[in-house]
Parts: sequence; structure tokens; C-alpha cells
Amino acid sequence: MTTPLISVQGLSKAYRIGLKDEIPDTFMGAMTDWMKAPMRNWKRLRQLNTFHKEVASAYSASASGAGENSPYDGGLSTEIATDIVWALKDISFDVNEGEVVGIIGHNGAGKSTLLKVLSRITDPTQGRAVIRGRVSSLLEVGTGFHAELTGRENVYMNGTILGMTKREIDSKFDAIVEFSGVSKFLDTPVKRYSSGMKVRLAFAVAAHLDPEILIIDEVLAVGDAGFQRKCIGKMQDVAESGRTVLFVSHNAVALRNLCHRGILLRGGKSVMDGPLTDVLDHYLSDLSSLAQDQDLERRSDRDGKGDVRLRRIDFLDGRGMQASTFATGQPMTLSILLSNAANSPHCALRVFDERGQFVLFLDSRLHSIDDHLPNISTDQLQCSLPELLLMPGTYRIDAELYANGSRQDQVKAAATIEIGSGRLQGRPLKERNHLPLIAHPHRWAYQEV
Amino acid sequence: MTENETIETSADRSALQTRNRKEQVSPDPDLTTIVIEPREGWRRLDLVELYQYRDLYWFYTWRSIKVRYAQSAIGIGWAVIQPVFSMLVFNIVFGKLAKIESEGVPYAIFSFTALVPWTYFSNAVSEGTNSLVTGANMISKVYFPRLILPLSAVTAKLLDFVIAMGVLALLMIWFQVVPTWGILATPLLVIIMVLTASGLGSWLTALAVQYRDIKHAMTFVIQLMMYAAPVVYPTSLIPEKWQYLYALNPMVAVIEGFRSALLGTRPMPWDFIAIGGVMSVVIAITGLVYFRNRERLFADVA
Repeated sequence: MTTPLISVQGLSKAYRIGLKDEIPDTFMGAMTDWMKAPMRNWKRLRQLNTFHKEVASAYSASASGAGENSPYDGGLSTEIATDIVWALKDISFDVNEGEVVGIIGHNGAGKSTLLKVLSRITDPTQGRAVIRGRVSSLLEVGTGFHAELTGRENVYMNGTILGMTKREIDSKFDAIVEFSGVSKFLDTPVKRYSSGMKVRLAFAVAAHLDPEILIIDEVLAVGDAGFQRKCIGKMQDVAESGRTVLFVSHNAVALRNLCHRGILLRGGKSVMDGPLTDVLDHYLSDLSSLAQDQDLERRSDRDGKGDVRLRRIDFLDGRGMQASTFATGQPMTLSILLSNAANSPHCALRVFDERGQFVLFLDSRLHSIDDHLPNISTDQLQCSLPELLLMPGTYRIDAELYANGSRQDQVKAAATIEIGSGRLQGRPLKERNHLPLIAHPHRWAYQEV
Repeated sequence: MTENETIETSADRSALQTRNRKEQVSPDPDLTTIVIEPREGWRRLDLVELYQYRDLYWFYTWRSIKVRYAQSAIGIGWAVIQPVFSMLVFNIVFGKLAKIESEGVPYAIFSFTALVPWTYFSNAVSEGTNSLVTGANMISKVYFPRLILPLSAVTAKLLDFVIAMGVLALLMIWFQVVPTWGILATPLLVIIMVLTASGLGSWLTALAVQYRDIKHAMTFVIQLMMYAAPVVYPTSLIPEKWQYLYALNPMVAVIEGFRSALLGTRPMPWDFIAIGGVMSVVIAITGLVYFRNRERLFADVA
């Protein structure tokens, strides 16, 4: 029997809500805090010397079934329990040699925290993980790159940060340079590189790491399509060479290509572990069910600056009435409501099919002369599609909102839409199995002799 | 919601039990095994790991040197300008106007001999303290022994020190000052100086990650500290009974040692060196250990 290379047992990680604010940022803050509440501090100190102990006691308090009406210790434990967020809770799994495992979950599900704990960037609060072999983690490409250094120097800098020794880099240097395709500019400072070149060089370094275990976080989200293919190819090589890989991504296609097994995280807990296709399907249907809740303000798994938020997305039919099912060929208008008015807000909508394939991109920042986007303050945008070219199926929409020059909000699976079989310009669609990817308006004719 | 929680907690409890029952796993001998778990209590300094990352340490040191002087017209000349200009100002203010006694050598060289180690010390400490804040991005993305950041910042500043020492040598030729045999003790003084800078640097770095005040306070605190070291005046101005207390600052031993070795203004202050040496070791060890123990919070707080 082989021992697993990675063995995770009951791993948990707690953060205090707003850790940055909770621990006073200034000495003065710490001092006044300390003087204002000596009693509270004394209580805490007496019972909970360190953060870890504090969490442990909250943990055991909740484990003993304590709620608000805890007879346990006069409300203190609930107070502590509420300012703690479990980014990971009791995660357990084993990974054997040669397995390529995809970690799946929406924003805030704990994916990144899990990778950070496994790559030793931050300590877990509970549980343990045993890793046998050298680990390289790529949570970002190009860590340690410095604009003033040349390409050659950055290869060495980045390589040593990722855990290689100078000798290892020496022996792989030519391969790295060749893979990156920037050999002509090796002695140019990186600040004169295009962003694509920088990413290629950085990925090339990372791709030539030679650890037993590789931990990767969505690095594929960079570079042009050609280079992304090259990266996926390289990672496939890595996966097939018997290396053990943990891979976090939102990209369903990349996941399908690379991984055999998936682990689905939700709210810091591992909810599913099995063959990748099953887990991915579950995740995608999960996303759709998430989108059933139309009030986006209740969603917490969002990103962005937050001055303006997405409030809801409605679908209007040809008569301007709200609807949830449509048919191919019908007109549809997406109505996007914001939490408050903003000056010329912009919206980018990504439409994905059930398999997670990205099928349609609607972005108001890409102007067309038909757009009507005057420079006014508003809290509502509309996007009209004169006829739906989507094939029957369920689609989910990821939405991003831009205003005041920055990304204000991002909600994955902000809405779902059901498309039924319809007619495109009066022509019926073949509706059974083997649906093609798109419906396209077209016209047949006989050429008269 | 509460329903959910009860489900979680029973799962938690069973997980805790299984964890307790779990036997220690015996690793394959040929693979390095890393155990990741919450650590409490004092952590020891993992010098082996530090040694494994020595290439990173050198590259990082070299990178800080190269980056610091990239795209500046004078480049490494800045290492000279800072102490030379301080010396000129001190020479006018303290030497000519206040007429501070300089133990028989020109005030210019008297103050410059102190300014060379002092400039190193203050720059190394402030650079080291900023190292984690500037490297915050790296800390949250990659694991490596965090001590490398302040230590390499302290090391990188040694280059400036060597260059400034060269200028000091030129000044000594200009003023025709002959060094004494005490010059053989300078490596010891440099060690004390580097240890103190590393230790204080580690202390302040670990604090600065969490409390940004350190960054603001440091500039002027270090400036004030200069007056608590015999940079602009000789130690002989300090009342005899306070001198040993004064020597708790290791930089007193370093500066007075330099003056004795290079200028021969006084016999080698072995008593100060003993006190300063012990203090520097204490500062270095406590600093490194404190740093190691705060390390795990860096990625969460930075």
C-alpha cells in the first residue's frame, strides 16, 4: 500500500472578522484599547492567552453544542464565536502520488485559504496536514519579479523564491528561456517588457519547477489564448509525468482537461470529493441554484470596491414584461439594477452553459454606435438582445460592475436563465440530443439555373 | 441556520476524535516530510532551513543593492554622500560653533569615524524594518523563511559601509592620522554592529508588520538615538558613574572602538566592548526568536 503524498486531517483555519481592524493597527490604538477595556482584556487574557487558544475554546464551546443560551460561560464564548470566521472547517482528504486534483468552489469557499495553508504561507488553526515531498506553490506568477532587473536576473530571483537553488536554475535556464520565447530580451529590464512577455517568462520559470507536488492557483487566467494553450499543455505534461498536482480554477474547460478528481468546497467545508466530472457538474448546478435567489444584495461571495453594488438582474421579454424562461429566437432585454446611482456605470456579463463553457460576452465598455450610453448618473442599465441565438438549456450569468474608474462589484452566477426550444426567424430548431453550440440565423435558397 | 450549526458541530466532534486516534504516520525515508499544524509556544530558530534558502538570501541581498541604485545618476555614490554631508554639518555646528572637544584630532575626522558605523546602523535598521512591508506581496504568495527579508536588508547595507570606510581611509590620509594596532579589533566591532542591527531590525520588523506606527516613529527615534551614542561628542563627556549604563547601547562600544583603533584618541575600550558584545548577542537572539514567533501572523496581518 502506498502512503498518500498529501494527507489532510481535520484542517481548519479561523480568521477574526476584519483581522486587520480587530488587532489595533497602531500602538496608540492598542494602548487606548488596552486602557479602555482592562476588564475585557483581563478576561480574555485569563482565559484565552493566544489567538489559537481563543479559537480552540470557541471551537470546543461550539462543539459542546453551545448556542446563544449556553450555560457554559456567561455569553463570553458566543461573543468570541461571532467575531471568528472559519475560512476552512474540518477539511480532510488524501492525495496519492500522481493524482491531479481540482479544487472547486465559488468565491469565499476557502480554496485560496486551503492552498495557502498547504503551501505554509499561513498556519492552520486546527488539524494537521502531512506532505511528503518537495512542494512548489504557484499562487501567483512572477512573485518577486522586479521591474528594474533584467529578464535573466528575474529568472534567478523568481526561481530562488519558488525554492530552487542556483544550480538547479543554471541547469534549466536554457529550457526556461526557450519556453518563454523572450530570449532576445533577456538582458533588458523587465519594465520594458510587455505584460504578456512578463507573464510568459514568469510562467516559464514556474513550469520548470521540479517538485513532487505542485500547487497551482488559477495562473492560467493570464496571457493570450495561444500561451494559455501552451500552459495547459505544459501542465498536462506535468500531470502525466506522475507529478501530484492540486489545481484551483474557475475554468471548467481547464479543469476537465487536467484533473481526474475534484474536491468541492462550500463555506469552508468539503462537500464533495470524487471524479472530476461529477463534482464539476454538481458545482455548476449548485451555481445555478445559487442564482435562483434574485436579490443580489444578500450575496456575500462578491468582489470589488463596493461603492456601488449590483442589486438584481431581471429578464424582460419582447413586451417589457419580466420572465424567466425564453426561447431561442425571441428578443430579450437584461435589466441590471444597481444599489445606488453611479456616473456612467458599465457592466460586463459573461454567460456560461451547463458545462461551464463560456458562450457569450456582453460588455458595455466595448462601444457600438447603436449603444445609448449618455454621460449621466443612473442606477439602471439595460442590455437588449434582438434575438436569442442561444441553444436550449440553462445558462448562468456572471456579472461585473464598473464605475468611477474601478471595478465595483463582481458576482458569479448572478442570474440563471432557462432557454427553451424556439424558432429562429420562423425556422424550428432541432431539439433533441446532439445540440449544436449555437443557433445562427440563416437563409436557404436554390440558385436558379 | 442553527440547524446547520448543530450538524457541523457533531461532525467536528467526531473529527476531533478521529484525529486523536490517528497514529503517527511514518514517512518514506527518501522524501522530505512537512507537517503543517498549528504551533504554539516558542518556536526555535530553524537555522537548517535558513541555510537551505541561502541562494535566495544572496539573490535578495544582491537585488536590493542593484535595485536601490538603479536609475540614479550618482548610483552607489549616495553611500558616500550621506555620511560626508552629515560630517560637514556636524563639523560646522558642533566642531566650530559649539566647540565640542574632539580628543586631540580634527573634529571632522572625529565625527566621521563615528558617522560611518552609525550611518550603517541607522540605515540597516530602517531598511530591515521596511523590508517586510515592501515584501508584503511576496509574503502572502510564497513560503520562504521570512527572516531572509530583514537579514538580507542588513547585509545589503554592508556594501555602503565598506565604501564609506574607503572614504574614511582617504580622510585619514588627508589628516595624516595613523591607525593603532587596535585596528585588529575592528572585525569584532563590525560583528557587534551587524548583530545589533540584525537584532533590532528583526524586533522592529516583526512589530512593524502589525503596527505601522513603527515605520513613522523609527525615522526620528533613530535620529534621537544618535544623541544617545557618542557620535557628535566623546564618551568622556559622560559622567564616569553613568558610563557603564551608557555602554548598554552596543553602538557605544562600536563607535569608541573605531575611534580608538583608527584615531588612537583613547585606549581600546574593552569594558565597553564586553558589555556591548553581550548586549548585541542578547538583542540579536531575542530579535530573531521574537521574529520567528510572530512570523506565522505575517501573512494574515500584512
